[in-house]
Amino acid sequence: MNMKTRRRIADVLTYLALGLSSVVFLTPIAWLLSTSLKDNQQVFRMPPSLIPSPALWENYRDALTVSGLPFGRFFFNSTIIVCFAATGAVISSSIVSYSFARIRWKGRDSLFFIIIMTMVIPAEVIIVPQFVIYNTIGWVDTYLPLIAPSFFGLPFHIFILRQYMRGIPLEMDEAAEIDGCNRWSILWRIIFPQSKAAVLTIVIYSIQGHWNAFMEPLIYLNTMEKFTLTLGLSFFKGQFGTQWGLLMAASVMVVLPILLLFVVAQKQFIQGIVVSGVKG
Amino acid sequence: MSGKKPNSKLTARARRDNRIGWLMASPWILGFCFFMLIPVVVSVFLSLTNYSLLSAPEFVGLANYKKMLFNDPNVWHSMWITILYAVVNVPLTLGLSFILALLINRKIRGVSLFRTIFYLPTIISGVAVGLLWTQIFNPDFGILSFIAEKLFGIRGIQWLNNPKLVLPSLILVSLWGMGRSMIINLSGLQSIPTELYESASIDGCTGLRSVVRITIPMMTPTIFLNLITGIIGAFQTFTNAYVMTSGGPNKASLFYMLYLYQNAFKNFRMGYASALSWLLFLVVLVLTYVVFWSSNRWVYYESGEGR
Repeated sequence: MNMKTRRRIADVLTYLALGLSSVVFLTPIAWLLSTSLKDNQQVFRMPPSLIPSPALWENYRDALTVSGLPFGRFFFNSTIIVCFAATGAVISSSIVSYSFARIRWKGRDSLFFIIIMTMVIPAEVIIVPQFVIYNTIGWVDTYLPLIAPSFFGLPFHIFILRQYMRGIPLEMDEAAEIDGCNRWSILWRIIFPQSKAAVLTIVIYSIQGHWNAFMEPLIYLNTMEKFTLTLGLSFFKGQFGTQWGLLMAASVMVVLPILLLFVVAQKQFIQGIVVSGVKG
Repeated sequence: MSGKKPNSKLTARARRDNRIGWLMASPWILGFCFFMLIPVVVSVFLSLTNYSLLSAPEFVGLANYKKMLFNDPNVWHSMWITILYAVVNVPLTLGLSFILALLINRKIRGVSLFRTIFYLPTIISGVAVGLLWTQIFNPDFGILSFIAEKLFGIRGIQWLNNPKLVLPSLILVSLWGMGRSMIINLSGLQSIPTELYESASIDGCTGLRSVVRITIPMMTPTIFLNLITGIIGAFQTFTNAYVMTSGGPNKASLFYMLYLYQNAFKNFRMGYASALSWLLFLVVLVLTYVVFWSSNRWVYYESGEGR
């Protein structure tokens, strides 16, 4: 067998494997969409059919209204949290990363080592004392436990941005300094615009993390008006766990914003993973 | 820091840099103290008390630790469940995501579409994933039960209600999200210099043999990383179990984090839950250490030629 035919066979086999895997990966998502347009009668029908007939688009309306749960409110809450957290993350991690990447100061490298160490420890380990502290200072049932940490520079964000900022030539700072710029204006006028790609990765990462977060809202939020979308969805399951069409319609609505974000910013999503992959 | 240090007198510039450096790093330093250091100290203190949030913490010495280690079978049970899950899930994820990455790394048309498809499940919120799979696993009308019936003629498999099947089922859900490690593997594959393959193919080493001889050794740092994150991830498992099984049936999916959550936020045993947190920390630390320790036997680093 010559090289060319072997290559072709390998290609065909690759497509076959990729195609089959795609079917496996996509089936649950297809099922989510399909069920979201069915009523229970269709859901229970055997054999199941992928195409709902009739397609009940009103499930989406009903999921919002029938439950009596304020899903619009949940959507608003999640949006607020995401906006604050992402803004805080960008501002704080830019400042901190700049310091770690481009200024020499005593103790810098030891502190950066601590940042790396804290990335390896699962946050769940200190969730109990954190709760007790927040409870004592009146932060429970507010958004502060969800948002505030982002304003102090999260280790992972700092790590991404520092690596990126180190790659920018130091001459840019020096030239700006000669022109009379101080450190703050060097950061915001020169380094920050240059680091746009890494900043975007942080924004995407922060949005995805806070939008999908479950354990923290579950622990910290008690009043239903303050629930996030994921928390509302889990609550919805508790009450309407047997209304599969509505449940799936609600799920689709929770997933959709992130999905749209993924469509426009796929590169940043993947970049975040890749960088987190080299963080060790 | 560089070894060159002005001994006594810092230049004006170095002093200025020192000041502004600390100032700009201070948000993280403050955050680290408030969100990490203080909680750790508080956690030590809490673990020595009984505290239900309602009345002041009552000092009980090491009672929580004694109970945790000797008088609470749920602790070891949930630890065992979690480790079992990790032992099966992590290698499966590593292996399968490695194969996917190999396939996607081939220079053929349309791979970016496949990459997107495989990555898609990882962006879906954990709660939605849990709800979706609860439906898929439904013994009466779930798609998986339908497939099992068609293929093997077994009806009404209790995926989530059978203590023997619940962990494999949850592992299946987790495998659906292997796109993350696939991407990490892919970036590892793409950083392998192509000259290696070229010179190997001249020596007649191609196809599967080049995978074993070149790809796998060159990928060991990436595999090592995926291993660490996989182990930590297994110990963080919470949402799927919470949404899909609540730890059941008969505690068969009582993951460690779920048990910790129940103690802290259902029964408000903050002291006991703090002790549980310390055990979690210790186990993760030991496992990570073991992997690190073993790594210089099997992880190949380019820089250190003879390892």
